[in-house]
Amino acid sequence: MDFILEPWPWYVAGPLITLIMFLLFYFGKKFGVSSNLETICALGGAGKFVDFFKFDWRANGWNLMFILGTVIGGFVAFQWLTPIETIAINPQTVQDLTNIGFQNAGAQYLPDEIFSIESMFTLKGFLILLIGGVLVGFGSRYAGGCTSGHAIVGLSNLELPSLISVIGFFIGGLIMIWVLFPILF
Amino acid sequence: MKNIKFLFIGILFGIILSKAEVISWYRIYEMFKFQSFHMYGVIGSAVVLGIIIMYLFNKGLVKSYLGKQIEIEPKKKGFSRNILGGIVFGLGWGLIGACPGPMFILLGRGVYAIIIAIVGGLLGVLLYHAIKSKLPH
Repeated sequence: MDFILEPWPWYVAGPLITLIMFLLFYFGKKFGVSSNLETICALGGAGKFVDFFKFDWRANGWNLMFILGTVIGGFVAFQWLTPIETIAINPQTVQDLTNIGFQNAGAQYLPDEIFSIESMFTLKGFLILLIGGVLVGFGSRYAGGCTSGHAIVGLSNLELPSLISVIGFFIGGLIMIWVLFPILF
Repeated sequence: MKNIKFLFIGILFGIILSKAEVISWYRIYEMFKFQSFHMYGVIGSAVVLGIIIMYLFNKGLVKSYLGKQIEIEPKKKGFSRNILGGIVFGLGWGLIGACPGPMFILLGRGVYAIIIAIVGGLLGVLLYHAIKSKLPH
């Protein structure tokens, strides 16, 4: 059973993600996480402000169950399946991060510089998390999908819109990491 | 509760992305720095196998649990929406190292800071639908 407790290599994770996609389509649904953000907005009464959200969120109840499951899955993996928290990132990545002020890169899943309680209550830390979230939410619905809907389902189905979107994901990510990060940190 | 199976599929998805470190901010940073094959391997192998699965669905060789043809809804066409939406998404993905799935998985890990990002995500979705008529698609 040790292999479950070790970090899972890409060739295990990738096919398992495809299995998730398979199961969702097999049960008559689809694989798209970001549309849950719309459903939660509708559930929260956003229809009062923007007409789009007047749809019946109950129709997407299955996807809310899925997303609730991911929360539980994150808890289960953290509590019982991850005895070692270190991430074996490239030593060059550690060096690059040290150079811009990130301490102990890879010692745990997330950097304290962005995700610690102390950081989230600083103005800069708060804005990074909030604006990062806004960009992800806005961009995913503008493009009509996120990593699941475009990078996994769309590319698997050989759809040109998804290829364009994934190229966009990379343009945005590369600008952030190579251009904006050295300014932000 | 016919939807309960989706809860279990979600739990499995949460465990997979946790154990493969896809939810780690460092893995996303490393990917955009081209310093590791890990994330390319995860997405690449998922897509290669996915192409075979989609072929089986589209040819009707694998049907749904009710014996029906599985329809894959085509993505919305339009260069502007896909490239611009993609770039906006990528900027956020690079910054917080989490796309929508990992955001919820990190919530389950007890990462309170991600709540701010989830609220941001909801505001972003709200904003998009409020101003979408003014955007190029």
